[in-house]
Amino acid sequence: MATQLFSLTDVWGGYDGRAVLREVSLHINSDDFIGIIGPNGGGKTTLMRLLLGEIKPMAGQIERNCPTIGYLPQAQQIDREFPITVLEVVLSGLLGQHGLWNRYGREQRNRAMECLSIAGIAHLYGRSIGELSGGQLQRALLCRAMVSDPALLILDEPNTYVDNKFEGELYELLRQLNQRMAIVMVSHDLGTITTYVKTIACVNGTLHYHPSNHITAEQLHGYGCPIQLITHGEVPHTVLQSHS
Amino acid sequence: MQIFHYQFIHNALFASVLLAVVVGFIGTYIVARRLVFLSGGITHASFGGIGLGWYLGISPILGAAIFAVLSALGFEAITRRRTLREDSAIGLLWALGMAMGVFFVFLTPGYAPNLMSYLFGNILTISHTDITLLLALVVAVGLFFALFYRPILFVAFDSRYAMSQRPTGAMLIDYVLKILVALSIVFSIRAVGIILLISLLTAPANIANLLTRRFLPMVAIAALTALLALLIGLALSYGLNVPSGAAVVLVLVVLYVLTRVAVGMHRVAKCRKQ
Repeated sequence: MATQLFSLTDVWGGYDGRAVLREVSLHINSDDFIGIIGPNGGGKTTLMRLLLGEIKPMAGQIERNCPTIGYLPQAQQIDREFPITVLEVVLSGLLGQHGLWNRYGREQRNRAMECLSIAGIAHLYGRSIGELSGGQLQRALLCRAMVSDPALLILDEPNTYVDNKFEGELYELLRQLNQRMAIVMVSHDLGTITTYVKTIACVNGTLHYHPSNHITAEQLHGYGCPIQLITHGEVPHTVLQSHS
Repeated sequence: MQIFHYQFIHNALFASVLLAVVVGFIGTYIVARRLVFLSGGITHASFGGIGLGWYLGISPILGAAIFAVLSALGFEAITRRRTLREDSAIGLLWALGMAMGVFFVFLTPGYAPNLMSYLFGNILTISHTDITLLLALVVAVGLFFALFYRPILFVAFDSRYAMSQRPTGAMLIDYVLKILVALSIVFSIRAVGIILLISLLTAPANIANLLTRRFLPMVAIAALTALLALLIGLALSYGLNVPSGAAVVLVLVVLYVLTRVAVGMHRVAKCRKQ
């Protein structure tokens, strides 16, 4: 049974009295996989900050019934010169559950190592993050986001630095994780998004929820989400689910 | 070895060890977290407290401690609310502190003989009270890091993420550390002085960072580097009769350059071998 993790009703969000998002209503259920698209400045980041509780809504209601959230920020927000190892980065994802007073022992380390193996970078656990490539850092940050087995995983452009090989693995991993947790993913890559997500939300000043992963150029236009459809070969009229 | 019979040398040596521990932890923290400019602001803001303490006839160090802690927490509040650009806020408080210090010192009747010792410091004239305060600080810093090492590291690395996982805990850790940074600054003033203090806090951690990219090894190497520089500086200060703070800073800069060159040569040698 899917339970409701988030319920946003007529939410306005912004900074210094200026609204970036208006009248946003959205429900997030425990089995959702929502792809968020929209132009820069359209409010995608503001929506994520509202979900993470970093900013309070200016108006409207956010009901949160979500004990834990894992979050993958954009890699350039991380200070790569900070003296911290890969294993410690992953362990930091347990701060919410494990708390301030408890030691981080073998059990926590094993969980972190398990995530690193899944992401294929277990051998890098003792490295400091300054020694990693952009893709490796992103994998480590993904491990931090999923190590606590959160009810909701929020991903901000997870495919920015990831090489083609890992991109396939990443989405396969997300598909598996989606059996246990809800996923909200911001992406510019509409082609990839429609292949893996279940539903789409267009964010441009407000939010248009599209309860399917099939979306046409006309619908996007209607939602006020002028997205460039990056495709190969002939430009299709409709973006379809991938065929297996 | 006549000099080891003097009490002031014992005090200076003991103070050096305590200072080195503080520099190891707090220096590594502010360097890793990029709080060097903020720490400079707090240091100079505390001079206002010294002046006010003088004027009111209370302990100048107590005045400095109050000013330093208040300015540290004030910065934190300003950055959280984003009412003013952070670096502008630091710049303003920096000058305000110095101005208040000078203002109150000049208002105070009579001559203020120790003013130079606050600006440039002298570890050879450090008192029992100063050492007791430093010792208490070392215990507090050591205990806090021993109990909360991982959370401290996590919050310092990515406070946004830490806040999203444990908002109250992350915020408390942040505030306590800001207070410890402020107190570390104030209790080190007597040894190296306001003007030179920031280099004692930053140089050892940066030297350590040339050798390691992990937090705890950085703390250890920074502490040892600071101890070495303090001892050499102490010897120079005693032998040449120059202020200890200036001697320590010069030693640190030389150590930094030497380490940098040594690390560079080691890398070249390693590349040649391959």
